[in-house]
Formats: sequence, structure tokens, C-alpha cells
Amino acid sequence: MDIIKTENLVYKKTDAMTDKALSYCPGCGHGTAHRIAMEVLEEMGVIQDTIGVAPVGCSVLAYEFMNIDMQQAAHGRAPALATAIKRLWPSKYVFTYQGDGDLAAIGTAETIHACNRGENIVIIFINNGIYGMTGGQMAPTTLPNMKSSTSPYGRDEAMMGHPLKITELIAHLPGVHYVTRQAVHKPTEVRRAKKALRKAFEQSYAKKGLCFVEIVSNCNSGWKMTPNQSNIWMEENMFPYYPLGDIKVDGQLVK
Amino acid sequence: MALKGKIVVDTEKCKGCEVCIPVCPTEVIEMSRLVNGKGYHFMEQVRENCTGCTNCAVVCPDGVITVYRIKV
Ligand SMILES: Cc1ncc(C[n+]2csc(CCOP(=O)(O)OP(=O)(O)O)c2C)c(N)n1
Ligand code: SF4
Ligand code: SF4
Ligand code: SF4
Ligand SMILES: [Mg+2]
Repeated sequence: MDIIKTENLVYKKTDAMTDKALSYCPGCGHGTAHRIAMEVLEEMGVIQDTIGVAPVGCSVLAYEFMNIDMQQAAHGRAPALATAIKRLWPSKYVFTYQGDGDLAAIGTAETIHACNRGENIVIIFINNGIYGMTGGQMAPTTLPNMKSSTSPYGRDEAMMGHPLKITELIAHLPGVHYVTRQAVHKPTEVRRAKKALRKAFEQSYAKKGLCFVEIVSNCNSGWKMTPNQSNIWMEENMFPYYPLGDIKVDGQLVK
Repeated sequence: MALKGKIVVDTEKCKGCEVCIPVCPTEVIEMSRLVNGKGYHFMEQVRENCTGCTNCAVVCPDGVITVYRIKV
């Protein structure tokens, strides 16, 4: 029986992703996060009406892979650039895509103030607890006792501070309308993350305020594990500290 | 009524990460002993009873899996 026919197609990579080979390590969640963000924009029919802002980090080349209009910001400054774009062109859907080093270290000020101003943008925050691109250095989000190239004996909280839950922090700001924490390593989580992204794009476009979607993801290279090992490690270690689910819905804290 | 699926893998773009393997409910996919042009063992469907659930395609970071499905 010939099943491979157009009328039987149930899934193919969206045209909202380019055909370029992703620069990410095998198994890295960045690829899935890119793809579902683009699937959501395609399903909403707003590919032509969206401008994304890429960060500095492994996803610095996001504009090569996302087949939409994009800008690339200086390290940590994506929310400031997205603010300018959205204010100058309010009819566009505008989002940033940022890692934890970009968003919660060098870009903390831009993140917090864009959230506090209630810019009508979406922030997609990929938290892998590490600076992936530069060789696995400790990030503000690195877990207690977690090894990194700059905390080779594990993160000592007394000396290096505590992991920053920036998502919970910004959820308290009145300018922020929707805050959720998702994952993309398993089918159920991917499907749930897509729903969250759709809500974020719709509500920020409806001028309700800033919508913030954290995706807890793996950095199998930085964590020095195979991709499947890293996904199990993420479930056992990252999720207890960064629990998945909604934090703020319709402007109300739910957690 | 049952569902019958078939996947097509862009084997040259597969990075051999194996993330798709544990999410297949019918265990019909495996890593090939062969490698692609980049030296990665690529994923392939090795048994018939794929249901076209799309799980493998949904988690593939590189988006190299296309899924077809029919009702039988
Ligand atoms: C002004 C500036 N400071 C430092 C760097 C070096 N640098 C590049 S990426 C990066 C951290 C990226 O980490 P993250 O945002 O978590 O992204 P990931 O690679 O983990 O996805 C740093 C510190 C830089 N490029 N520019
Ligand atoms: S270094 Fe880490 S975050 Fe960067 S592509 Fe590799 S696995 Fe992904
Ligand atoms: S579509 Fe579902 S059943 Fe078919 S190979 Fe993929 S995961 Fe397995
Ligand atoms: S998830 Fe995708 S890239 Fe990874 S082994 Fe499976 S088909 Fe290949
Ligand atoms: Mg990171």
C-alpha cells in the first residue's frame, strides 16, 4: 500500500524554517524551540507580519534558520531592540529569542525594564543553565552544585550566589501579562509549549502587555552528556528547581 | 479502524542524536549501522507498525522527519 502521498501527509518541517542545516549540536533543544515558534506563526498566518530578534549565544544565527524578518541584537539587548521595533511598527508581531546568559546575565536590565514597561512583545527564553556557545561557563541560572567550566567543583552558592529564577521575578511586574515555563524534549511538552507560544503571540499582539515563555532546555554539549541522558538529567535536576507550568495568566499570578 | 503510518527521514540532515528513539510508542525506529555524509548514524524506520503518531517528528531538533498516515 502506498502511504507516501501528499493527501496522507500529517507532518513536515514548516516552510517558516529555512532549509539550512542548523548550527546546533545534535539533540540540542534550540532546534525544536525554533521550529515550534515558526509553526505557531505559520498556523496563525502571520509569517509576513512578524519580526524576531536574535540574541548572542548559540542561537545568534536564529535569523538564518527562521524564515521570517529578523534583526540580531547586541548581547542581552534584544528586549530593547524589540521595544524599538514594536513601537515604530505596532502592527507587527514582535518577539525576542534569548538564552539564559543573554537574558539573565548581561541583559538583565533590558529584560526587567522591557517587562516593567509592559512592551507588547513576546520573549522566548531558552534556559539551559549554562553559557552554551562560549564553552559551558556558569550562568546565573546554573543549578546549585552543578558543574560548569567555571565552577568545575560545582556551583558553590555561598561563593557564587543562587540560581536566578528571573521568570518568577518578572512575573511580579504589572506590565507582564502572561508568564509560563515549558519544555520541548518530549512530544507532550512540545505540544503544550506550542499552545503557550500561541497564547503569548496573541495576547501581546492584543496589547495586553509583555508575554514571557521560558523553555527549560538541554545543553548536552555543555553538560557533557548524550542528548537522551541530558533530557533525563534535565527532568531530574532542572525541573524541580524550574517547575514547568503557568506562573501568570491573564495578568494574575497563579503560582 | 486502525492507523497506518510511514515516515521519511532526510538521512543526510539527521544528526544521529537519538532523541526520537525513546518517544516512538511502537518501537519501529532505530539508528542505522550506516553513516551519512557527515558521519552520523541516521535514524530509520525498521518495522512496519508505525501509527503515524508524529511523536518522532515533533521532537526531532533538526526537523528531518516527514510523517504520512492513512486509516485502514
Ligand atoms: C558583549 C559580549 N560579552 C560576552 C560575549 C561572549 N558570549 C557569547 S555567547 C555568551 C553566553 C551565551 O549564553 P546563553 O545566552 O545562555 O546562550 P546559549 O549559548 O546557552 O544558548 C557569551 C558570554 C559576547 N559575545 N559579547
Ligand atoms: S553548546 Fe549547548 S546550547 Fe549550544 S548548540 Fe550545543 S548543546 Fe545546544
Ligand atoms: S510516527 Fe510515531 S509510530 Fe511512526 S515512527 Fe514516528 S514515533 Fe514511531
Ligand atoms: S531526532 Fe532527528 S536528528 Fe535526531 S536521530 Fe532522530 S531523526 Fe536524526
Ligand atoms: Mg544558555
